[in-house]
Amino acid sequence: MLEQILSDITPPPDRDGRILHGFSNNEDAVLVKAPPAGLALVQTVDILGPIGNDARLFGQTAAANALSDVYAMGGRPWSVMNIAAFPSPSSESDTPLSVLAEILSGAMEKVAESGAVLAGGHTLDDEWIKFGLSVTGVIDPARAARNDGLEAGDALILTKPLGTGVLATAVKAKWPGSDEAEKEMYRWTTRLNAHASSVLLDMHLKAATDITGFGIGGHVLEMAGGSHVCVELDTAALPFMEQVEDFASCGLIPAGTYRNRDYCSCRTLVSSDADELRATLAFDAQTSGGLLLAVPAERRQEACERLAALGEPAFCVGRVLPERKDGKRLILA
Amino acid sequence: MLIDTRGLSCPQPVLMVYPHLSGSEPIDVLVDNTTSQENVSRAAARNGWNVQAEEEGDGVVRLELRK
Repeated sequence: MLEQILSDITPPPDRDGRILHGFSNNEDAVLVKAPPAGLALVQTVDILGPIGNDARLFGQTAAANALSDVYAMGGRPWSVMNIAAFPSPSSESDTPLSVLAEILSGAMEKVAESGAVLAGGHTLDDEWIKFGLSVTGVIDPARAARNDGLEAGDALILTKPLGTGVLATAVKAKWPGSDEAEKEMYRWTTRLNAHASSVLLDMHLKAATDITGFGIGGHVLEMAGGSHVCVELDTAALPFMEQVEDFASCGLIPAGTYRNRDYCSCRTLVSSDADELRATLAFDAQTSGGLLLAVPAERRQEACERLAALGEPAFCVGRVLPERKDGKRLILA
Repeated sequence: MLIDTRGLSCPQPVLMVYPHLSGSEPIDVLVDNTTSQENVSRAAARNGWNVQAEEEGDGVVRLELRK
């Protein structure tokens, strides 16, 4: 049955013959053409448990989430491999295999959009559904944006609003308004960070990251530590998806968000006039969040205009400051 | 009224407490993790309740919700 499902999935097109020898005849490995000379590989893997109730949109989300790590460096997705955990049909499992087919179909739609090819994958029998991709991208190593490239004076621009952790909790709770919340969540999580990545490349930016499980606060702290600087995030400027603040004030904040906040607290300074709820939501664990681009202050307007021209949001959320003597790396103002 | 949320994880404790927040009868809520404590406290505060937290030992906290 699994074989049938896999053969029914439409793989992403291979327009330039990147797959030299595929898996259609039960081959266990795939020959993929090497990228042009001078380019480096950028490799990553990411796998998620279900978010929301729509299998196809979950597949799209998991794929966009995995591809995002390549985009955050300025890379171009080259090939991917599926990784799926799924309960095999049995008396204990009432999850039909069609759910796996929907997840895979959704993921392949996003892989096709990214321009990558499918180089196979692996499925394992597991009690809980999980899905993700191993992604290989290509990149000019001299132009790769890095986590540790922040410089004092940089402005920070975020390309998606925050709050998927809270919205997923509201959906799980079947809270009033959760149908709209689920649509809003998928609207953002299924969106590739390809355009933001092209701005990163075109502007030769040195530092960027994608916002995922540690929340914007946690990811910024990682960048600040590696770059030996301090970052100030303006909590009033943090963009949230629709209903996020309302749900959060009702107590629909996931445990991961509090864990992120508490883990980061010794390196974080929360300004006395910062809104407590927004300061907490700065650590909301994101699924398939946006890119955070570090842009020299004098080029901030240019970056916003380039993003807008590609239909991408551009939220100016903070700035990079010199290292502090007290060891704090993040200020929530 | 006593609502015991020990052993439950987010969002269950809030789901158990929220329907009672429209009344005014005092509510005590037992929680055993910080997520539940913060989330139940937020839900109560949003609905105009005062919240006092008392340590009960063994990681359990009694939240006293009063109008």
